[in-house]
Formats: sequence, structure tokens, C-alpha cells
Amino acid sequence: MSAPLLELRGVHTHIGAYHILHGVDLVVPRGEVTLLLGRNGAGKTTTLRTIMGLWRASSGRIHLDGQDITQLPTPDIALRRVAYVPENMGVFADLTVRENLLLAARSAKRASQIDSNRLQWIFELFPAMKTFWNHPAGKLSGGQKQMLAVSRAIIEPRELLIVDEPSKGLAPAIIENMIEAFAQLKARGVTLLLVEQNLYFARQLGDTVAVMDEGRIVHHGSMQALSDSPDLQHALLGLAL
Amino acid sequence: MSAPQSARSPLLSGIDWPPLLLVPALALIALPLVGSPSSWITLTVAGLAMGLIIFIMASGLTLVFGLMDILNFGHGLFIALGGFVAGSVLAGLSDWTGTGSWALNLAAVLPAMAVGMLVAGAVGLAFERFIVRPVYGQHLKQILITMGGMIIGEELIKVIWGPLQIALPLPEAMRGSVLLGEASIEKYRLLAVGVGLIIFALLMWVLARTKVGLLIRAGVQDREMVEALGYRIRRLFVGVFAAGSALAGLGGVMWGLYQQNLTPQMGAQVNVLIFIVIIIGGLGSTGGALIGALLVGLMANYTGFLLPKLALFSNIALMAAILLWRPQGVYPVVNR
Repeated sequence: MSAPLLELRGVHTHIGAYHILHGVDLVVPRGEVTLLLGRNGAGKTTTLRTIMGLWRASSGRIHLDGQDITQLPTPDIALRRVAYVPENMGVFADLTVRENLLLAARSAKRASQIDSNRLQWIFELFPAMKTFWNHPAGKLSGGQKQMLAVSRAIIEPRELLIVDEPSKGLAPAIIENMIEAFAQLKARGVTLLLVEQNLYFARQLGDTVAVMDEGRIVHHGSMQALSDSPDLQHALLGLAL
Repeated sequence: MSAPQSARSPLLSGIDWPPLLLVPALALIALPLVGSPSSWITLTVAGLAMGLIIFIMASGLTLVFGLMDILNFGHGLFIALGGFVAGSVLAGLSDWTGTGSWALNLAAVLPAMAVGMLVAGAVGLAFERFIVRPVYGQHLKQILITMGGMIIGEELIKVIWGPLQIALPLPEAMRGSVLLGEASIEKYRLLAVGVGLIIFALLMWVLARTKVGLLIRAGVQDREMVEALGYRIRRLFVGVFAAGSALAGLGGVMWGLYQQNLTPQMGAQVNVLIFIVIIIGGLGSTGGALIGALLVGLMANYTGFLLPKLALFSNIALMAAILLWRPQGVYPVVNR
């Protein structure tokens, strides 16, 4: 088995006076889809933001591809081919779809310089991106914004894609679309770390799963094992898949 | 396959028109109040010139606030500095400014503007490094320390140039008026309108057509996301701060020539108008700052003519009225 792409060891995070993460240990295997599950307030979003350096770990270590990134500034982490889609999607509402994508395509100065094969692939995954190419992102529907956020994250080749609640508020058809997109990314060798509340979504994609509660990882294993065990589901999530 | 072609300018897509109509609406409302069409034309051109000069000074400040949430009350220092430095350059080139030749006048004014901008930009860099950077994220301290920085700067200007008002006469060819029908319009005001429009067009081109502009617009909306895309927003901010200071310096030169004098307090005095402008425009919005500046310029000239004692109050009343209509300014920046 190859070394994990991302590894968190004993990560604690404080936000102001609040102690949110209490020693998170998490391993994200290379080339797999890892789902981070847990109830609201368990610390999932804080974990992702801490990985990205948007909130600083107060102790513990974060390693990406064997390199310690714990104290790196966010742009330096992103430049290590890590893409992040926050829970609010983070699209620039006043910018058009084209401008949002151009911004993420760091090597391109103009839209015509964006890798055309990659753009074609994105248009096939999300045809709405082509339809609304010159549309302000703020005028897109919630589902289209999520498509834009994911498109922006994959407009350049990435090693690791981190997405906070990709299916949140999406219609079933768009969720299927998103599942297909992530499956294709996985097939291309991209490692995915997804926070998800939608268990149907999780079961479709997840290779490994980590469950959080009160700022700690309380379970780590295969998605299949969690899927096959109603007892485990009840114990960890309070419901059956 | 290539990217789809742009069908139209992104800046024109989804334009919010009502704020744009405020400027002609204000001018039209003033027409019957002023009475004489020729006086109205004179006042309107004066208001537009004043507004565009204020816009040049305010554009940097609004971007600085939009990008990094910095309340820089010391912006007036760069205005005064630009004016005084350019005044010294012009004094040294008085042989050229004293002739009626446009070429020689411009050969004196343009380098004076360039030097004023350069010095203001350089001082802006130092101001950001030593005064603003230690108080990122602390609004109260920002207000206190940037005001303190401006007071110190003013005192240094007094040490170098003296505490008294200095005359800054217009170069010979820029004096006088042109007649438009019965309306007399000062040549310098027309020049100021031209320069202001060029600066605005340049700014909009940079913001709309370059990657740096795209980054600035994105950073104003959500700087955290810009960082998550791999861009170092603090470097961008330092650049914007220096460019904004240089533009304030240019505005200071133009304001000094508009008033035909320089005082060490000129920056602090204009600061009030600039803050009214960027609040009316929506903090962080360049287009909003232009609308705000034109409204303030026109309002100041109309009320200066009709009700001189209410000139400053009129702009505060204008700001209050706009905020009652749109509490975050005419063009609020999304996500803020």
C-alpha cells in the first residue's frame, strides 16, 4: 500500500476562546475517496479549514505527500495542487463563470489560454458552465454555483480535492451529476476528501470513511464496512444507510 | 475546443442602472433651481471636474478597504504630499509654466504629476509596512494609528514646506475660460474632467481586462477564497495600497491646481469628502466611488451657488439619503 497523501496527527484547533478540534488523527489514502461524516458541529468543516491553513492548528502536525504543511500559509498549500471548495461554495458572485474559471487557471492570463481539453471535459461534466459562460456567478442557481465551484477546483490538474458538503441543497439529478464528476476525478487519480451529510452520496463514492464527533475522529474504516453494518451506523451516526 | 467567446463586456452584464441615473437626475433637478442655463452649465462642469478629482483620490482608498478591511484615515497625507511635491517641481519649472505654450505647460505639469505620484506611492508603501500592517484586523486601532500617521505627516510637511498656505498658480495656458454659448467654462476644469475620465477608463480596463484586476475584484468579494486558489493576497494588497497612494498623490496635484493653493491640512480636509464618496459608493466598489464622487462634486457646486452655508451639510444629507435607500451604498460589494 502506498503512503497516504494526507495525514493529520493529533491536530488541535482553537477559534478564539473555543477549542474545536481535540486531537484529530486522519489518514487520507492516495487516489481514494475519503468521506468525513458526522453530525453538525462535530468539527468536519474546521478540519478542512485547518488542513487548508485558513484556521491555524494550535498543535499537532499535518503532512501532505510527506511534507509538513501545518504552518504553511493557505496559498502555499493550494500551490501544492490542493483545491478546496468551501461549504458556501466560495464563488465570486460579481464575476462571470468565465472569470471565476480564469482566476483558478493560474497559468492562463486569458480565457483562451485555459487548457482546452480540460475545459471541454468540464463542459461535458457540467454543460451549464458553457451555457452560462458570460453570466455573473451570482445569478446562477444553487446547483449551478456548486458546479462552478467544483469546475473551478478542477480547472487545473490537482493532487487533492477537498470539498465541504458537495451535495448540500442540490436536486437529485444534480447530485447524480456530481457523483459522476467525482467518479471521473477518482478515475484520473485525484484523491478526494469530502465532508458529506448525504449518506446516499457517501455510499456511492466513499472508499474510506472517518466519522467525527466532538472534535475527534471516532471511527475510521472502509465505507463498505460501515455500509454493511447497521449496528455501526446506529452507533456512529444514529441511523441506517 | 476553445473557450466560448465573450458576447459582451462582463462589466455591462447585469448592470444595476438606477444608481447611474442619479447623476443626470441631480443635474436635471438643479437646472430649474439654478435658473440660468449658462450658470447651470458652468456649475455642472465644475461639479464634474471636482467629482472626478475626488474619484481619483478615493478610488485607491475604496479598494484598500474592500481588499483588506483596512480603514485608512491617513489617506489624506498622500493627497497633501502629492500636491506639495508637485508644487515644488512646478516652482522649479516656472519658466515653462509662465509661457502660454500648451506644450511647455504640459512638459512641466506631467513630470510634476509623475513625481507627486511616485513620492506619494513610495510613502504609501512605508505607511503600509510600518503603520497599517501591525494593526490588520483591528478597526479601532487602524483608525487611531492612521489618523496619527496623518498628523505626523502633516507636521513633517510643515517642517519641509512651512506652515503657511502656498500659492499654486495654474500654468499660463490652462488659465482662463472657454465659452460654450453664454456659459463660461474654465479650461482647467475641462482638463480635469479629461484626466479624470482617462484615469477612470484606465482603472476599469485594469479591473475588467487584466488578471491582476480580476484578482482585485475577487479579493474585494472574498479574499479567503482568493488565497485558497493559491494567490498571496497580502502582496496584492501592498500593490493596491501603493497604487492607491500614488493616485491620491495625483489627486492632490489636481486638487491643488483646482484650488490654486496648497495647505498642509488639505489632505485632512478632503478626507471627509472622500469618506462620504466611498460610503455612498459602497465600500470596495470602484464604480460606486465614481457615482459617489460625481454626486458629491455636483452637490457641492449646486449648493455652493444656491445655499453656500449648507455646502458641507448637503453632502452629508446626500449620504444619509443614499444610505436610507441602499444601506450598503449604491453598489454594495457582494459577500461583504
